[in-house]
Amino acid sequence: MSSSSLEKKALSGAAVHFGERRSSKAGMFGAWYAAEHRLLTMRAFVSTIVATSIFNPLMYLFALGVGIGSYVDRGAGGALFGVSYLTFVGPALLASASINAVFEETSYPVMGGFKWTREFYAMHAAPLRPDQIASGVLIAAIIRSVFTVLVFWIMLRLFGTLPSPRAILVLPAAVLCGLGIGSVMAALAASLKDDDGWFAMINRMVIAPMFLFSGTFYPLEQMPVWIRWIGWMSPLWHAADFGRWAGFDHTVEPWLVIVHAAYLIALAGFGWFLAARQFARRLEE
Amino acid sequence: MNNNDEIMIRAEALTKKYGEFTAVDGINFSVKKGESFGLLGPNGAGKSTTMRMIAAVSKRSGGELTILGKDPDRDGPDIRAHLGVVPQTDNLDTEIKVKDNLYVYGRYFGLPGKFLREKSRDLLEFAQLTEKADAKVDTLSGGMKRRLTIARALINEPDILLLDEPTTGLDPQARHILWDRLFRLKEEGVTQVITTHYMDEAEQLCDRLIVIDQGKIMAEGSPAELIQRYSSREVAELRFGSDRNATAADKLADLGDRMEILPDRILIYADNGEAVLEAVASRGFKPLTSLVRRSSLEDVFLRLTGRSLVE
Ligand SMILES: Nc1ncnc2c1ncn2[C@@H]1O[C@H](COP(=O)(O)OP(=O)(O)O)[C@@H](O)[C@H]1O
Ligand SMILES: [Mg+2]
Repeated sequence: MSSSSLEKKALSGAAVHFGERRSSKAGMFGAWYAAEHRLLTMRAFVSTIVATSIFNPLMYLFALGVGIGSYVDRGAGGALFGVSYLTFVGPALLASASINAVFEETSYPVMGGFKWTREFYAMHAAPLRPDQIASGVLIAAIIRSVFTVLVFWIMLRLFGTLPSPRAILVLPAAVLCGLGIGSVMAALAASLKDDDGWFAMINRMVIAPMFLFSGTFYPLEQMPVWIRWIGWMSPLWHAADFGRWAGFDHTVEPWLVIVHAAYLIALAGFGWFLAARQFARRLEE
Repeated sequence: MNNNDEIMIRAEALTKKYGEFTAVDGINFSVKKGESFGLLGPNGAGKSTTMRMIAAVSKRSGGELTILGKDPDRDGPDIRAHLGVVPQTDNLDTEIKVKDNLYVYGRYFGLPGKFLREKSRDLLEFAQLTEKADAKVDTLSGGMKRRLTIARALINEPDILLLDEPTTGLDPQARHILWDRLFRLKEEGVTQVITTHYMDEAEQLCDRLIVIDQGKIMAEGSPAELIQRYSSREVAELRFGSDRNATAADKLADLGDRMEILPDRILIYADNGEAVLEAVASRGFKPLTSLVRRSSLEDVFLRLTGRSLVE
């Protein structure tokens, strides 16, 4: 092929794909195109993601089911709502696994997408809007969370700790819980010009206390009243309490079930909105 | 569409402020279809800022801007669908393969996979990267990365190609390969907007350019017009050693049309440079080195601002 006809070919042809259709299509599916790229990047780590998704629940099941669980179950004799300790902690661990999976997708990768790889600028130079780019990140994080949570859920189910017919509802609660934290995290990461230890600090000062004080390992009511607010604020408590209601018919007031669901949805929605706004601020400056 | 006077970009009193600081200060220009239009200016002149406004990613603070007949404030994504962008800082995905970079980027435009696979092959050929199709971007040289970014910018068959400092940081050979590719695109009728702080690049690539400094337009025209308007045909460059340049300059001030005294050399502007050198010798001055060259855009910039383009 002569070089000139080659250039012509490189520069034209397939006109059918162009014109207005090109951008209007990106308009509808833009968020998904951004997510596609995140998933492609994730593919490079797929073996470690799958390995942790399987190893992590196994580790908890063994430590809490066989280890602490058998001890607690013998001593407390079913004081924890008449179910095994593993059954009690299962929904909380599930939500916590979701938080970790989403956090990994919305902390460093978001800051890096602006600062190191600059991939968000590349997407924005194409027709994608900032809110679509933020949504793409969150959609990819949700997909990862769903995978992680599903593996965990199946294991818990196999261990018989999610006996309720409505146990399937544990899944969306856990995913929403991760999304609530992750979307706020994405908004923060989009505003950071430098890490400066922020993520490590959030891990230690927010995620870890939340893990310990959200009624994860014992009922929130065990806590003195003046510290229960951590649980009330924490999406992990809402997801865990909701998950206990859905997973093994633990008694929760109907109005509280609704509050749990509403809180999880509201936080995810608020975080998503915040992330979209911060992406726009950063990309359009 | 076939009208060659079709205006692709029009900026009127275009302004960009960052807080109190004015990075682009009321500039006017327009770019016609098929034209290679340049923004020449030193670091910090406001070239990238202008580029980002044209690319419909950064909102203007004042003035009017029309790209392909549309307002970027209203129709940003629509405009961007018809642009190809080569940013100053590479933003290729270094974790994935060369050909996947083109594919992924094409997806942002909503282009179907089958079309993209074919198109990517042609563009890699055009960018002379066919052998690297399956390599990771990490393994490419600087020049190859730049060519890949240009190939990527062409994936949507853009009406306008925006290039922000396309060859900064490249070695001379890599620059020439790149210039050759851009020239081919120009021959194919692709409208280009190029920023650079290299006067040779502006002379090579641009039909018409604006010289900008501190956010303002200093001059506008074709490279030849600008040189003719603001400089002489030739320049004699003389070095007497840094401590003696000033005294020599005093005694030679009447030679040529104009003189610039730089820290390391004296420039004497004249139609005939050799005649200047002869006159210098006949007055008994023996420069350490001397040469005669044609005037360039560098001289235009020096004349307009009293400073060099590249410090
Ligand atoms: N995001 C920003 N915030 C504040 N100042 C900026 C920002 N971007 C650029 N500037 C300033 O605007 C001026 C022009 O920058 P730029 O357009 O990058 O210049 P050039 O591309 O010509 O080197 C510089 O003084 C730069 O420091
Ligand atoms: Mg610049």
